[in-house]
Amino acid sequence: MATPILQISGLTMDFGGIRALNRLDLDVHAGEIVALIGPNGAGKTTFFNCLTGIYTPTAGEILLTPPGTAKNISLKGLKPNQVTEKGLARTFQNIRLFSQMTVLENVMIGRHCRTKAFILGAIFRNAATRREERQIVEMSYAILDKVGLAHLAGEFAKNLPYGAQRRLEIARALATEPFLLLLDEPAAGMNPQETQELDRLIKEISTDGHSILLIEHDMKLVMSLSDRIFVMDYGKKIAQGKPAEIRSNPAVIKAYLGEDVDA
Amino acid sequence: MIGWKVIKNGLLASLWFVFLTFPLMVIKVDPVERIIRWRWENSLYIALGTFAVYLLVQFIMQRRIKSAEAETPTDTAQESIIHRVLASPKQKYTLIALLLAVAIAFPFFSSSYQTNVMTTALMYVVLGLGLNIVVGMAGLLDLGYVAFYAVGAYTYALLNHHFHIGFWAVLPIGGGMAAIFGILLGFPVLRLRGDYLAIVTLGFGEIIRLILENWSEFSQGPSGISNISRPGLFGVELNLDAAIIYLYYLMIIFMIVTIFIVNRLQDSRLGRAWIALREDEIACQAMGIDKRKTKLVAFSLGAFWAGIIGVVFAAKTTFINPASFTFLESAIILAIVVLGGMGSIVGVILGALILVLLPEYLRALAEYRMLVFGAVLVAMMVFRPQGLISNIRRTYQFDKKIHPPTQQ
Repeated sequence: MATPILQISGLTMDFGGIRALNRLDLDVHAGEIVALIGPNGAGKTTFFNCLTGIYTPTAGEILLTPPGTAKNISLKGLKPNQVTEKGLARTFQNIRLFSQMTVLENVMIGRHCRTKAFILGAIFRNAATRREERQIVEMSYAILDKVGLAHLAGEFAKNLPYGAQRRLEIARALATEPFLLLLDEPAAGMNPQETQELDRLIKEISTDGHSILLIEHDMKLVMSLSDRIFVMDYGKKIAQGKPAEIRSNPAVIKAYLGEDVDA
Repeated sequence: MIGWKVIKNGLLASLWFVFLTFPLMVIKVDPVERIIRWRWENSLYIALGTFAVYLLVQFIMQRRIKSAEAETPTDTAQESIIHRVLASPKQKYTLIALLLAVAIAFPFFSSSYQTNVMTTALMYVVLGLGLNIVVGMAGLLDLGYVAFYAVGAYTYALLNHHFHIGFWAVLPIGGGMAAIFGILLGFPVLRLRGDYLAIVTLGFGEIIRLILENWSEFSQGPSGISNISRPGLFGVELNLDAAIIYLYYLMIIFMIVTIFIVNRLQDSRLGRAWIALREDEIACQAMGIDKRKTKLVAFSLGAFWAGIIGVVFAAKTTFINPASFTFLESAIILAIVVLGGMGSIVGVILGALILVLLPEYLRALAEYRMLVFGAVLVAMMVFRPQGLISNIRRTYQFDKKIHPPTQQ
């Protein structure tokens, strides 16, 4: 098997005396959709935050191998923007769009780390800057079209319906050209129809060549999408495997439903 | 629509005001005659005035509620006049040409005092635009902006005093010095936001002023630096009136350049990053924007304009001392930005003109000037909390047929 594009070993995160992540191992291979599930408070979002540089993990290693290369990049201690530059983009559980900016601008922000016009370029607006701006706009528009939001390009992000805001978050993340997309509960609060559209969208993104790691509570979606599933509880990994294996895993059932008193 | 209840409340309010203002308005101690004069008639005026104002406010409020109920938000209707003009290029350029013509002709049909006041107003326009980068776009509340203004002014004053370096040579140096100080302030406050940032910047502003006040060997302390040379015009000696007009035109040019540059910055990759930073810092970083770099650039670019205007200020007054750089200055510049509409360039220009010119033209009201000025500010914030002219986001042109591949 090829080297995984993301290899996490022994990841540990302490907040004071609380161990939020306890020696977690996880790997994602190129082209895979991997789901991370677990009860509320299991540490899934903390895990994402460690991965994307918002927290610095206490111990453990995060190695990134961009597809088609052999180099290993350690993400540990990098700032969030550096992590994004390396090709990891994320969405947020509680939507964090730039609400006073238009839908198109939100996606254009995603292009920031792939472009480079600066003060002088902005002031003199030379040919290179104009070309770059045009490319930003066109590419952002194409991404919006892909997630089905092109007709709302000029709207303020705050005025979008909930499901559209979630999709806009994905579009914004895609604009950074990630090879691995981290989705934090993308279906939270969606109605069944919106969830179905999301299911289709994630599959499409996956066939475009992005690997996906997602946190999700909607089991139907998780089972339909994932190639592999990791299950966490109390900061520890309690199971991993294919959807069918997870469904019948006693440890997982115990974590979700609780233990029978007289068992 | 004004019922008995409103009248009763109005009477209570006026009674309360009579009571509150009693020591101030009624009692007058005459230290020469050693008697107390009771000016009872004043309390009657207060009561009548308060009652009238109360009824007026109630009336306006009720009308507002009514119009809000009657569907269509009035907000958009008011907003659209200026936005409509700005939206159509033809009207926009006509308006700009008209304003420019008035601005150029202004010194010819007004006294040099008026011209001088207008120059000050233009300086505040540029200061407001500079602070607008920091506060309006990047969302970093800076209460010590006057410090950079002081840095620019003292850079010119000291270089001119000790080395006789001219205005034009110091202009970029002053701006550059202020920008460096902007970065100096930026580093320690990188992690701060909101209230905490405001307090640190406030402290920074005071530190600069106190240094200038107390380090006498360096800045000549509270007595300040005098005899600073006015800006040169290819070596031509100008008399006072000509110098005032010259400076006025210089400020017009500076303002146009500033508007041009700030406008371009706002519409650029950098400007978008600032606005994203204002909207959500964590999401902004997660989208690959370097928070440290973006903030420092905002601080230093904002400070740059303050430095430039500081140099102009020193050249205009030919005398500076630390008393010109108190917290009140920072507060006024911040008020310009907030009043005009955060992030909106047209708004900031209008805000600066109102805030600087209003107190000047209210001089007719003599000692009630500042009272009326304060009341106008309060009224504006009550009725237009989003500022005079809110910012409109640029719309982008794109060809809907093009679908560049996003696949990799």
